[in-house]
Amino acid sequence: MDLNMIFRIAGIGIFVGFLVTLLNEAGKKEIAQFVTVAGIILVLFSILQAMSQLFALVKSVFQLY
Amino acid sequence: MEIWQIVGVALLVTIIAVVLRKIQPEIAVQLSILAGIAIFLLVLGKIKVIVDLLQNLADQANISSYYLIIVLKIVGISYLAEFGAQICRDAGEGALALKVELAAKIGVLILAIPIIVAILESLVRLLP
Repeated sequence: MDLNMIFRIAGIGIFVGFLVTLLNEAGKKEIAQFVTVAGIILVLFSILQAMSQLFALVKSVFQLY
Repeated sequence: MEIWQIVGVALLVTIIAVVLRKIQPEIAVQLSILAGIAIFLLVLGKIKVIVDLLQNLADQANISSYYLIIVLKIVGISYLAEFGAQICRDAGEGALALKVELAAKIGVLILAIPIIVAILESLVRLLP
């Protein structure tokens, strides 16, 4: 978990947005929505890992058990 | 991690998030969560130093570490709750943010019960 991850997520977001715009222009609205959901789920996996790391760290630093 | 690096990362992420919010608002929210986590991880080393200092001072002043741990727990709970509530509010879910804050307040109150009881007991002992 470091700063590279942030820029990777930003790249995924811009790419997915570009793809959705392209698909919308081509008249494939259902596939565009599917691509949006797939992008969100892809990003959610890294978010979940980072969040579990954050919670474990906060628990150990502030002695929350 | 120095302050200018954190400010630089925050400004960069802000610019990217403003662009993303127009084309993909969902991923912009996730990006801001990740940036918050990254910045906390960067300052974590300094927080550890402060906590160690507090513990040393409490040992020297003969304060029971039981009370110090309670204070630390309260700081942790309020940090986490604030983090979650701000992200909920950013995404437009103000009601959910208020509920998170309510839960944190109740958690803090429950943790503070031993301190309140100790203060009341010493008050009762002082009063004739």
